[in-house]
Amino acid sequence: MSTLEIDRVRKSYGSLEVLKEVSISIDTGDFLVLLGPSGCGKSTLLNMIAGLETISGGEIRIAGRVVNDLSPKDRDIAMVFQSYALYPTMTVSQNIQFGMKIRGVPKAERAKAVQAAADMLQITHLLERKPSQLSGGQRQRVAMGRAIVRQPRLFLFDEPLSNLDAKLRVDMRTEIKRLHARLGTTIVYVTHDQIEAMTLATRVAVMKGGVVQQLDEPQTVYDRPANVYVARFVGSPSMNVIPGTLRVEGDKVMAVIEVQNRPPATISGIGLSRDAAARYAGRPVLVGIRPELFSVANGQPGTITVDIDVVEPTGPDTLAVFQLGGVEVTARLPPKQVEAGTATMLAVDTSKLVLFDPATENLIK
Amino acid sequence: MAEAISTLPSPSPAPGSGRVTKTDETPRYNRAWIGRLFIYATLIAMAAAYLMPLWVMVTTSLKPLEEIYGGSFIGFPQNFTLDAWRVAWSQACIGTECTGLKPYFVNSLLIVIPAVVLSTGIGAINGYILTKWRFPGANLVFGLLLFGCFLPYQAILIPMARTLSLIGLAGSIPGLILVHVSYGICFTTLFFRNYFVTLPDDLTKAALVDGAGFFRIFWSIILPTSIPIIVVSCIWQFTQIWNDFLFGVSFTSGAHSPITVALNNIVNVTTGRKQYNIDMAAAMIAGIPTLLVYIVAGRYFVRGLTAGAVKG
Amino acid sequence: MNASRQSSRLAAWLPRLVVAPSLLIVLVTVYLFIAWTGVISVTSSKFVPVYDFVGLEQFARLWATPRWHIAVENLFIFSTLFLAISIGLGLLMAILLDQHVRAEGFLRAVYLYPMALSFIVTGTAWKWVLNPGLGIQKVVNDLGWATFRFDWIADPQMAIYTVVIAGVWQSSGFAMAIFLAGLRGIDNSVIKAAQIEGASLPLIYRQIIIPMLRPAMLSVVVLLSYIAIKSFDLVLALTNGGPGAATELPSTFMFSATFRRNQMGVGAASAVMMLMTVAAIIVPYLYSELRERNNG
Repeated sequence: MSTLEIDRVRKSYGSLEVLKEVSISIDTGDFLVLLGPSGCGKSTLLNMIAGLETISGGEIRIAGRVVNDLSPKDRDIAMVFQSYALYPTMTVSQNIQFGMKIRGVPKAERAKAVQAAADMLQITHLLERKPSQLSGGQRQRVAMGRAIVRQPRLFLFDEPLSNLDAKLRVDMRTEIKRLHARLGTTIVYVTHDQIEAMTLATRVAVMKGGVVQQLDEPQTVYDRPANVYVARFVGSPSMNVIPGTLRVEGDKVMAVIEVQNRPPATISGIGLSRDAAARYAGRPVLVGIRPELFSVANGQPGTITVDIDVVEPTGPDTLAVFQLGGVEVTARLPPKQVEAGTATMLAVDTSKLVLFDPATENLIK
Repeated sequence: MAEAISTLPSPSPAPGSGRVTKTDETPRYNRAWIGRLFIYATLIAMAAAYLMPLWVMVTTSLKPLEEIYGGSFIGFPQNFTLDAWRVAWSQACIGTECTGLKPYFVNSLLIVIPAVVLSTGIGAINGYILTKWRFPGANLVFGLLLFGCFLPYQAILIPMARTLSLIGLAGSIPGLILVHVSYGICFTTLFFRNYFVTLPDDLTKAALVDGAGFFRIFWSIILPTSIPIIVVSCIWQFTQIWNDFLFGVSFTSGAHSPITVALNNIVNVTTGRKQYNIDMAAAMIAGIPTLLVYIVAGRYFVRGLTAGAVKG
Repeated sequence: MNASRQSSRLAAWLPRLVVAPSLLIVLVTVYLFIAWTGVISVTSSKFVPVYDFVGLEQFARLWATPRWHIAVENLFIFSTLFLAISIGLGLLMAILLDQHVRAEGFLRAVYLYPMALSFIVTGTAWKWVLNPGLGIQKVVNDLGWATFRFDWIADPQMAIYTVVIAGVWQSSGFAMAIFLAGLRGIDNSVIKAAQIEGASLPLIYRQIIIPMLRPAMLSVVVLLSYIAIKSFDLVLALTNGGPGAATELPSTFMFSATFRRNQMGVGAASAVMMLMTVAAIIVPYLYSELRERNNG
């Protein structure tokens, strides 16, 4: 059953259109991540689901009920904010039970719920403190506690980890994932961090300019990005998108890419539907190669020779930067295999290579 | 990075530089010492100049009149007496009434207290609306209110006088309260708006999701966080209204006047030999409430002052 | 569902309803009253308002009044000196206080306390201090400098400068407070960078820090101008406009024309002149402040 249906939803401020007919539908227990750069409309969409922004067109349904005109409190949702939004003058315990107090939940019941949430989040010892006496991570937990006690049908998270330092961010990410597994509630989560999207989501909606670019499972978004924009946004270092020409010889599909000061490189063994191959044969394409698809060649066929420009060791890997097809390309290689300023033969794993149409920048299927 | 820079020996240590954390090298030590001396001498001299009028006021008010006319201006009182204070408080003549400042002091309190409470309360809710419940035109409303802070009151004296007599409040304390509240809300709205702008909007959103409404959010979430700005607003309004003279002299007369008007009467209308000790005692009585507020809560007073200079 | 819809509609209007009374009060007491004053300024009103139309006659009369010319000239002298000295002293105090001095809090409080006093109290105090027979002049005379004269307050040529002295005493602390806040807002690393380049401290202040105080300077200039234009109580308490009309200012002129000389039309005309002067300074300032804030 779908818990949340966003049906051709639009949002405009005067003549400025920030969301253009967005449609997303997710099932109970799903973890939907709205991913995109700032200004893409993801937070606006979240606020509209919460009832904090009006809806200019279309419908939002929660558990089958149209909520367009319902106030936030009637939507059966809870929300965790980027700034945590803890009420500064209330203790942690008062923060967590404020909503219940407004709904007239009896005191004993409130205390029980607070205790349960505090146990789950391990913040029992903090219950009588004020938010200003808490660390960032602790505030984050309290904000989640406030959401949990509502037992909502839908959790909304608005960039909840962006105010934490790197180490804590990873810890809290795990915590949120654990919470999702434990409570099994449906979550909508907004972030600009593609790693959060990859690690947490069951479904990712990549957004840009008020339009959903792709709505898929994270691995699909990573492996088969719908367009060049998604390809570049998801993954770090981002996918190399290299101009080339498609050549088809019988069943064999290959891409020919210009190399500076060398004969053109040919990448063969590309998997492509017969139909698409016929359509793009002999025409320019954009070749999408993730950095990890490169490897140092041991004399096998189908290799390309490049001049390594810069080498950046990261520890587990080394990033090698070179020119290919007139653009800068990054390869993720095992450490200490290449040196800057030398010519190197690289092989490409073509099983996960993708092609884009240069005009529309859409994935060629 | 910054740490590394601050521990570098500066190539040309500036004399008297208080900003350099590292002490200057020995040969230059003398110059630095002279610089510090200059700074302190200037600051102390200026402090003395600023304190002098207060000192003169206080000592004069504690001297008998003969001593004053005998030529003691700056010195400590030789024949210490509180008579001047007693006369200023309860006997000095204001116009034809020789009641001292006491009833006028009470008038000022009767004006100040309701006016401060009302204008601060209204300003708080206005600031809340203009930041957390923005509506189309909210900026225009704020701009209209803001100009009211800088209104030269001469431009409204005549219509206000006519209006007060039209609604039967001319010359009365409630009338003066109304005037102070009307123009006070411009300032208080500015204070609260600028303060609430710094509160994250997420706070209101979280409370909405929790099911709180317009007034609930104001009472339970916003107001408890605003104690500092409430203090600023109250102090500012208290000082402004207590010190007001123009409205007092324009819209009240006789027994309903605030203390500033009464003080000006004492000082300007005395006939015969001028009783400077009583003048100074009266000035002190009129000045003490705001001075006390300043001493107790100076920090908040400064915040009120600089609130007008948004970029200060 | 309808109930909820209605309640959300009410919720949308509630803020506007609550702010409406304040807006109404301000629209009436500020804007309507300004217009009203404007109307009176083109009538022949004397003791009470009369609503006939006499064109700009009152403005012509105003500018033909020698006393008004004195008032305008005085305002010019007073505000120029008041601003220049207050800014100079305020800046000096702020810079010196910013050198990590001891008892900074106490000194700051001393420079600023006059701001808490009523101008009436200030005027009364300075009237006594400047008293030629018993005040500072006498103190210096008694110290042995028998020919020392400091009787400005009784001298029509010099009396306006006593208003400047008292005004500066009252308000320079305010300039100090804003400059100090500005100095505290300057990133220390800028100064360190300049020191590493070998710049001397006075040079750093002249070339780098004082130019960086421009926003604070703008605020000080605007707010002190506003204080100068509306100065009324200070003059009344210190000199009562005298000797003669030597310390008349537009604010005192307006008051006495309207309430003492039964020339309401002329008074209204002078109020309109004052308002236009203030508006010419304040409106662009507010406009730029609001716009910058929206951008930031």
